[in-house]
Amino acid sequence: MNTIIFRTVAPYLTALMVVFSVFILLRGHNDPGGGFIGGLIAASAFAIYGIANGVAPVRRALYFHPITLAGFGLFLAACAGLPSILAGVPFLTGLWVFPTVFGVELALSTPLFFDIGVYFVVVGSITAIALGLEDRMEN
Amino acid sequence: MAGASSGHVDPTGILVEANLHLADYIIVAPVVVPVLFGALLLMLRGKTRWHGQIAILAMALLALSTGLLLQRVSAEGPVTMTMGRWLPPFGISFSVDIAGALLAFVSSLIALTGAVYAASTTTTLERRYGFYPFFMLMMAGVSGAFLTGDIFNLYVWFEVLLISSFGMIVLGSEQRQLDGTMKYAFLNLVATTLFLIATGLLYGLLGTLNMADIWQKLNASGDPGSAARAGPVTTIAILYLLAFSMKAAAFPLNFWLPASYHTPKFLVSALFAGLLTKVGVYSLLRVLLMLFAQERLVLADTIAWVAAFTMLAGVFGALAQSEIRRILGYLVISGIGTMMAGLAVGSLTAITGLMVYAVHSMIVMTALYLAAGIMARLSQTSSLSASGGLYAASPWLAAAFLILAFSVSGLPPTSGFWGKFVLVRASVESGAWWLAFVILLSGLLTTIAIFRVWIFAFWRGGPQDTPDGAEAWKVEPLEKAYRQGAFLALGALVLLTLAIGLMPEALLSTSADAARGLLYPGDYIGSVFGGGQ
Repeated sequence: MNTIIFRTVAPYLTALMVVFSVFILLRGHNDPGGGFIGGLIAASAFAIYGIANGVAPVRRALYFHPITLAGFGLFLAACAGLPSILAGVPFLTGLWVFPTVFGVELALSTPLFFDIGVYFVVVGSITAIALGLEDRMEN
Repeated sequence: MAGASSGHVDPTGILVEANLHLADYIIVAPVVVPVLFGALLLMLRGKTRWHGQIAILAMALLALSTGLLLQRVSAEGPVTMTMGRWLPPFGISFSVDIAGALLAFVSSLIALTGAVYAASTTTTLERRYGFYPFFMLMMAGVSGAFLTGDIFNLYVWFEVLLISSFGMIVLGSEQRQLDGTMKYAFLNLVATTLFLIATGLLYGLLGTLNMADIWQKLNASGDPGSAARAGPVTTIAILYLLAFSMKAAAFPLNFWLPASYHTPKFLVSALFAGLLTKVGVYSLLRVLLMLFAQERLVLADTIAWVAAFTMLAGVFGALAQSEIRRILGYLVISGIGTMMAGLAVGSLTAITGLMVYAVHSMIVMTALYLAAGIMARLSQTSSLSASGGLYAASPWLAAAFLILAFSVSGLPPTSGFWGKFVLVRASVESGAWWLAFVILLSGLLTTIAIFRVWIFAFWRGGPQDTPDGAEAWKVEPLEKAYRQGAFLALGALVLLTLAIGLMPEALLSTSADAARGLLYPGDYIGSVFGGGQ
């Protein structure tokens, strides 16, 4: 798409959507949202950037290959089950810690890391497919 | 939010309360290890140099964990771990009995030899395409299917292994591979859909997916006309039979296997032949034999006919082919028929024979495909008419193939003999003389089919039209690394089939325990609900 408006707006739109996707990811534990939908939003952000500016800039901006991101997500999600070994409870049990950082109580948990893993798997795999299709369109 | 309230909830009756020890995690280790290593290799997909070694390490860990699991289950009876601490049937349970642990152990041994073979034979291109991550994730799917105690979770592991196997079968993207992949993918997806439909119906009927809970609800009153059985239970059992038979490549749904297994690289064919169809057979055992025992009695005649036709279709197909891998593909089908004969008879002896035969078939079919890979590498063709003279090229390979040929035909002193022996005895005991006859007939025809390969490829002096007594063979010499890796893997499997053939007591007694566990699942149910872990 070669309109100058789209090309100018796309980077800002992409940045906004990625930030929003992280918001949706973190919101997901108690409210609608989560890793899957957050990942879809981020992947569509990269797809938009790819449509506006071509595939090569997206790949450069991502730095890691999308499939590598997906692999990292899978690794993180599987690792989220491992702390249960230390606690002596079954695999994938939700474990919580509440550290206070700068006077704010944070609720950190293994489901959060599992969800971040899901986020990366979805971002990685959907972006890989989208960029693959856009590559084909450019040629 | 969650933090403030979670401290005040009384977990009694909601959560599993028992404390676990490190040793209890071997229940999930066979799934977690390959997933972690698969993800790691996926991240390292640009740097493929050490993939082979990492995969060997991962498969060694997998074999170790499944071995420990088998040892523990043999000693203590079935064990259960329910994910996320939720009480069964609400949490997803991994329930391991001897049948599951035995097959998981053998499959991890096969995967280990496969990894050794792969480390010296895969090309950089194949590694960059992602052979190893697919391999690891397929093993996660296979182990998960053998260990899970939840029928929907079984479906999920089927999907995991199926999607990974799509990746492996299309590796290389040649035209004939795409052709084979389409047939493989489409038919397997149909089978998976049937599986999902059956599971949906079952959930609608009983309101549970936990296998132990399903068993309890179906058999609670011991009365065949009980409320749970008033529903379409037989229909569901038939749907499962159809879905798993398709996965296992039983007649008349066997045509996808020879149409696709000869296209990928030899190692992939070997792993598929050794592992994937056996997951289908295991699911048949778990679902039809354990959960739908009464329905299996109704369907026993049908299963017997399917078994007989599968055996015969397999061997006749093998006799008609002239490409080594197509012949082996049909022999896989024939072996599936032999196992289904055990399911049709359904007695303790028959299921023991089935388990022995399944273990034997996993080892031998993998080994035969690996041997075919070395043969094709030596003679640069896998067509029977164009190969010959391999005995002079590699006497060791000829000897290994001869032992495997004995084994696949069911002749002593190899593992194949014991499986068939017990199955024939079980058929005769239950009065199914004709089924015993078909098992023996298929063994005889298998002998002809496989020795045809041996005579043409090894004994003959050269390709077709070489005059008798002349030696016209020409072979490509193997590189040192290839030779070492390939022969190490093949040799291990050949020794395994010989060892089982000469010392079958351990396998026979473990299989008998496995069969008892499947036919009388009281301990299995108890491990899920009796206090839980």
